[in-house]
Amino acid sequence: MTETGIDAHLQLRRQDFCLDARLQLPATGVSVLFGRSGCGKTTLLRALAGLEHAEGFLRFRGQRWQDDAYFRPTHLRPLGYVFQEASLFPHLDVRANLNFGYQRIAPGQRRIGFDEAIGLLGLETLLERHADRLSGGQRQRVAIARALLSSPELLLMDEPLASLDQHSKAEILPYLERLRDELGMPLVYVTHAPDEVTRLADHLVLLDNGRVSASGPLNLLLTDPNLPLAHLDEAAAVIDARVTSHDPHYRLSSLGVPGGSLTVALSALAPGTPTRVRILARDVSIALDMPQHSSILNSLPARIVDLHHDRDPARVLVRLDLGGAHILSHITRRSADQLGLVADQLVNAQIKSVALTS
Amino acid sequence: MSAEDLGAIWLTLKLATLVTLLLLLLGTPLAWWLARTRSPWKTPIAALVAMPLVLPPTVMGFYLLLLLGPQGPLGQLTQALGLGLLPFSFAGLVLASMLYSLPFVVQPLQNAFAAIGPRPLEVAATLRASPWDSFRHVVLPLARPGFISASVLGFAHTVGEFGVVLMIGGNIPDKTRVVAVQIYDHVEAMQYANAHVLAGCLLLFSFVVLLVLNRQQRKIVHD
Repeated sequence: MTETGIDAHLQLRRQDFCLDARLQLPATGVSVLFGRSGCGKTTLLRALAGLEHAEGFLRFRGQRWQDDAYFRPTHLRPLGYVFQEASLFPHLDVRANLNFGYQRIAPGQRRIGFDEAIGLLGLETLLERHADRLSGGQRQRVAIARALLSSPELLLMDEPLASLDQHSKAEILPYLERLRDELGMPLVYVTHAPDEVTRLADHLVLLDNGRVSASGPLNLLLTDPNLPLAHLDEAAAVIDARVTSHDPHYRLSSLGVPGGSLTVALSALAPGTPTRVRILARDVSIALDMPQHSSILNSLPARIVDLHHDRDPARVLVRLDLGGAHILSHITRRSADQLGLVADQLVNAQIKSVALTS
Repeated sequence: MSAEDLGAIWLTLKLATLVTLLLLLLGTPLAWWLARTRSPWKTPIAALVAMPLVLPPTVMGFYLLLLLGPQGPLGQLTQALGLGLLPFSFAGLVLASMLYSLPFVVQPLQNAFAAIGPRPLEVAATLRASPWDSFRHVVLPLARPGFISASVLGFAHTVGEFGVVLMIGGNIPDKTRVVAVQIYDHVEAMQYANAHVLAGCLLLFSFVVLLVLNRQQRKIVHD
C-alpha cells in the first residue's frame, strides 16, 4: 500500500449490531466499502465523519481525529459528506446551498473555485432554482458540488446513487468518474452495487457483519481465490486500460492493457483516454499455444498464477497474470487435467468478451 | 374608554409582550432539549411543562401564592435577596404568567425542532458549521413557523388569563389589574357598556390571532 490516508480501528455496539472495523485506506483514489445491506458500511462511514461516536482510534494522513482521550467533532474534520438522500437545505436555493460550505472556508484555504465546482457537476443552469424544483439526479449533483465546495481533504459518499432511478444513476456516474480522475482527494464510497464497484473502485474493502473481511487493490481482491467473489458465476476481473486506436471500418477499437492489447466494440472515447475493462471468468478460456485460425479476437499471453478448487466440483478456478494484472478463468476440471495446467506455466488466455466499464 | 380601561390594556400588552419574550428566550433551549434528548428525564419534564394545560389556573395560583408568600421557601429567598415579596406585584404577575403560558410556547417549538430531524444538522456539521452556527443558520430559519406559532399562542394566552392573575396579582390598578380582571370588575359593578367595549376588543383580538395562525399553517402546507 502507498501512503496511508485513513488508519482506524472503530468499534460501536448497538442492540442488534456490532461494528468492529480495522481499516487502512490509501491516501489517494477511490476506496469502496462494499457489502450487503446491514453489514455496517454506512455506520462505519458515519463513524469516520464523526457523526457516530465510535470507540477506538482514527487518524487521517497522520492527523489525530479521535482516540481514547480525544474526539474531533465533525465540523472540525476537513471532510465532505454526500448522504444517500441529497439532503439539500429546504430553506435555501441551489446557490445558497452551494455557498453554505464555501463561505465557511477562508478564501486562502479554498482548494476549488465556485465556478469550477458547478462546471464539474454541470449545474450552471440550476443555480437560482429551489431545491424542490430539481430532479433526484440534479439534487444529488448539487449535494456533491456542495460537499466539494467545502474544500475537503477527504470525500465520503454514502450510496449516493441508491435512491435514484436508472436514468439518474447513468447521469451521475460519469461525474463521479471525473471527480476520481480530476481531483486529487481520496474518496471513500459506500455501495452494495457491483457495477459501481467495477466502475469506481481503486481499493476495495469488504465488510461482513460489522467487520472488515478483506481490503486491498480492486484487481487483487476481485481475483483472490480465497474470497467468495472469485467463485461467483458472475466473477470478473477489472483491469486498467487505455484507448489506443479506432477502426471505423470494422467498428472496433483497440485498448492497451498490461501484457498486450485488446480489441473491443467501437468506443466513443478518444485515443489516449484511460478506462477500465471488465472480463468475466467464464468468458476466458485457456490454450497452450497461440491459435492460428480462430474467430476469437482477443488472445493474450499469460502466466498461470495458481489453480483452485471451485464450489462447482466440475470446475476449476485459474488465476492468470497478464503483465502484472490478474484475471480469472473458470474452466472444467477435465480441461485442466487434459492440458496438464500447473502454476507458472505460460499459456494463452482467450477472451470471448470484453466490456468497457464506462 | 376610561383611563382605567386604557391603563388595563396598556398593562396587559406590557405583560404579554414581556412574558412572550422571556418565554421565547427560556423556552427555546428547553424545547430544543426536549426535542433532541434521549434522557429518562424527558417524560417527567415534558409532563411538568404541560401541567398548566390541565391544572385549574386557581390551583396553580394558590400554590404559587404559598410558595412566593412570606412563609414560602421562594418568598423567603426573594426577601433574603432583597427583592421583597412577589405576590401582588407586576414581577409576580410576570413569573406566574410565564409558568401558565409555558406549554403554549414550548410545545410548538418542540414540534418544530422535532420536525427538522437530525439530518440538516449533520449536513451543516459536514459543511464546517459549528453547533451554534448550525442552530443560527439552519434550525432557526427552518423552525420559523414554530416560532411564530409559539409567539402568537404565548402572547394570546397571557392576555386571556384570569384565574392565576387574580390569585397572585390581585387587582391593583396599573400594577396587576389586566383587561380580564377589569372586565370582571365592570360586570360586578353592573357597567355592562364598559365591559362590552373591553370584551369586544378581546374578541376581535382572538379572532385575529386565529386568522394569523391559520394563514401561517396554510403557508407551511403550500411550501
